[in-house]
Amino acid sequence: MEYFIQQLINGLTLGSIYGLVAIGYTMVYGIIGMINFAHGDIFMLGGFAALIVFLIATSFFAGIPVALLLLLMLLVGMLMTGLWNWTIERVAYRPLRGSFRLAPLITAIGMSIVLSNFIQVTQGPRNKPIPPMVTDVFHIGGITISLKQVLIVIITAVLLFAFWYIVNKTPLGRAQRATEQDRKMAALLGVDVDRTISITFIMGAALAAVAGGMYLMYYGVASFNDGFIPGVKAFTAAVLGGIGSLPGAVLGGLLIGLIESLWSAYFSIAYKDVATFAILAFVLIFKPTGILGRPEVEKV
Amino acid sequence: MTAATETGHPNVLAKAVREGIFAGVISFFMFLLFVGVETYQDINNALVWRTRWGLLAIFVLVAAVSRFLTVGFIKPHIDRRKLAKAKSGVLEISEQKNFFHRHFLKIALIFLLVYPFLSLLIVGKQGSLKYVDNFGIQILIYVMLAWGLNIVVGLAGLLDLGYVAFYAVGAYSYALLSSYFGLSFWLLLPMSGVLAALWGIILGFPVLRLRGDYLAIVTLAFGEIIRLVLINWTDVTKGTFGISGIAKASFFGIWSFDTGSANSFVKAWGLSASSVYYKIFLFYIILALCMLTAYVTIRLRRMPIGRAWEALREDEIACRSLGINTVTTKLTAFATGAMFGGIAGSFFATRQGFVSPESFVFLESAVILAIVVLGGMGSLTGIAIAAVVMVGGTEVLREMSFLKAVFGPDFTPELYRMLLFGLAMIIVMLFKPRGFVGSREPTAFLKERRAVSGSFTKEGHG
Repeated sequence: MEYFIQQLINGLTLGSIYGLVAIGYTMVYGIIGMINFAHGDIFMLGGFAALIVFLIATSFFAGIPVALLLLLMLLVGMLMTGLWNWTIERVAYRPLRGSFRLAPLITAIGMSIVLSNFIQVTQGPRNKPIPPMVTDVFHIGGITISLKQVLIVIITAVLLFAFWYIVNKTPLGRAQRATEQDRKMAALLGVDVDRTISITFIMGAALAAVAGGMYLMYYGVASFNDGFIPGVKAFTAAVLGGIGSLPGAVLGGLLIGLIESLWSAYFSIAYKDVATFAILAFVLIFKPTGILGRPEVEKV
Repeated sequence: MTAATETGHPNVLAKAVREGIFAGVISFFMFLLFVGVETYQDINNALVWRTRWGLLAIFVLVAAVSRFLTVGFIKPHIDRRKLAKAKSGVLEISEQKNFFHRHFLKIALIFLLVYPFLSLLIVGKQGSLKYVDNFGIQILIYVMLAWGLNIVVGLAGLLDLGYVAFYAVGAYSYALLSSYFGLSFWLLLPMSGVLAALWGIILGFPVLRLRGDYLAIVTLAFGEIIRLVLINWTDVTKGTFGISGIAKASFFGIWSFDTGSANSFVKAWGLSASSVYYKIFLFYIILALCMLTAYVTIRLRRMPIGRAWEALREDEIACRSLGINTVTTKLTAFATGAMFGGIAGSFFATRQGFVSPESFVFLESAVILAIVVLGGMGSLTGIAIAAVVMVGGTEVLREMSFLKAVFGPDFTPELYRMLLFGLAMIIVMLFKPRGFVGSREPTAFLKERRAVSGSFTKEGHG
């Protein structure tokens, strides 16, 4: 039982990270109907920004408090990836809006290749380890919870609340929801569609950057090809929860995290990614709308 | 309108300067951390950093200047050309074709037929190894794969991101069956095609209901599952170590290309020992396989099943209501595409003599799909050109050792291969979203065959 709860906690931590990345996928898909293939690499970029900030900050201020350091890492990461994703949308996706469906997907795949190879070229192909930042652990009964796990879950929860508030209670969120429902009509009613889409990309990237920074904190290592597998898993999470649905993305992320850690614990670690991909296939085959998604109406 | 598009007009120049500075500022912040700071491990294996202001300045300058040039000169130029074209009322497609255009296919085929001997003549035995193997065979493998995928994506409109799985199935079929059972290449070549086609049906069956992007993701998942199984099923596939010492293809069982064997090709013809003969032989095999793929594609397009594929691509609902069985139509598309992937895979295995899961990563699928899309989906010529440009271009980059002299000895062009490949994908898409060959030769026509713009066909909507 204790082992099970332990795995549950591990899965929850991992799931929070996937959930944050999944939101970026689901929002972009909802608003312009494209799979932003480069989103996983934005997540990786966020991790690298956090890594570099960590190195610079610790070398200038040796005794910097961990909380401040973490805040700095995540904030700079958010700004950095927000800027990147804004530029990427401007340069690679916007000119192709209204072109045929495959065009933005191809540029997104190209962008994903460019981003991971850009980091490989500029920062080197080796894994980048950092010393552990948060080492405290709590023992409750036979269960071990590390402070970083608690931090990840809390940060995720706070961000999700902020995000939920923005999307549901602010004029910006209203514009986003309007654009998602009907882009042309929203534009006619005075919503600046281009700006809304740009902001959506920035918001998605900021969440991915936080996820990337926390991933770095959790595993203590960053690598240029960290983007692909977590990216596909987060996309799986978005699909599982129902693409286009924000609570669905979080739910999907948590489920994927739980499945992954429980599968590794009880079946085999080697096949944990196979399990995730198999779930993706099964969900899409039997319930393509996901758990919380709206059914797609087939129009002629 | 007219005043603003004039080059050199102060408004345009002022705008270009503004945009250039803006791009410079943006790129400064974008590259500040990733280019301006280098992270590396010191002697104690601890991660440390140092600044690279010079490199950062180059990046920022390139961004600013290219933005300035685009806004100030290139864009007005393109706009003027478009305007002139629209005024003259001549459509690009109806332009008179010159001799080279009309006979392009024949010229290309003749060139390919004499290519190995040409390179043998010009650079000699040792030198032509590189040209026949790295350029010729490598490019033709991608041409074949892209033509195979073209059946699925270009004709049937089913977006497949896991095509490399069938390539892997073909390669491992040959590698395993030949090393465990000693079967010959010529038997296994069609067999691996059949096996891959079977896998195409197995994987195609559950995803019949899916459309567009969802289909793409599921096929991606299948591709990854097959790769992960290849890695983890170590008893059979030897995992990441891969299978080495795969048998070479023989000259239709008459002569062998193993140097030690009694009926060796070299001995039979009294030639001096060199691996170049085998490479030339392989070149002709893959050329023949490519021609087979093209022939089958062209013939199938004119058959009812090919028409059904294209109808399916244009409108699935209309297709179904006209009584076309979409299940068999989709499955045959998957199976046919997979079959060519499998055949290419078994050829790949015999050419390399070694297969490992490393060769079948998602990136390969992306590269093949990119070639199909960049070539202009559905156009065989365009796809072949795209394969030559993209694969050949990255191979050329590998050869550019003189760049080391320019950028210093640490410069490794191989590292930049994929970076440039990705950039090329984006840039070609931005300027030619319909691919290199944007027009289509229709399969069905009234009285006269006339090319139509690619914009009239719908793709990847399956």
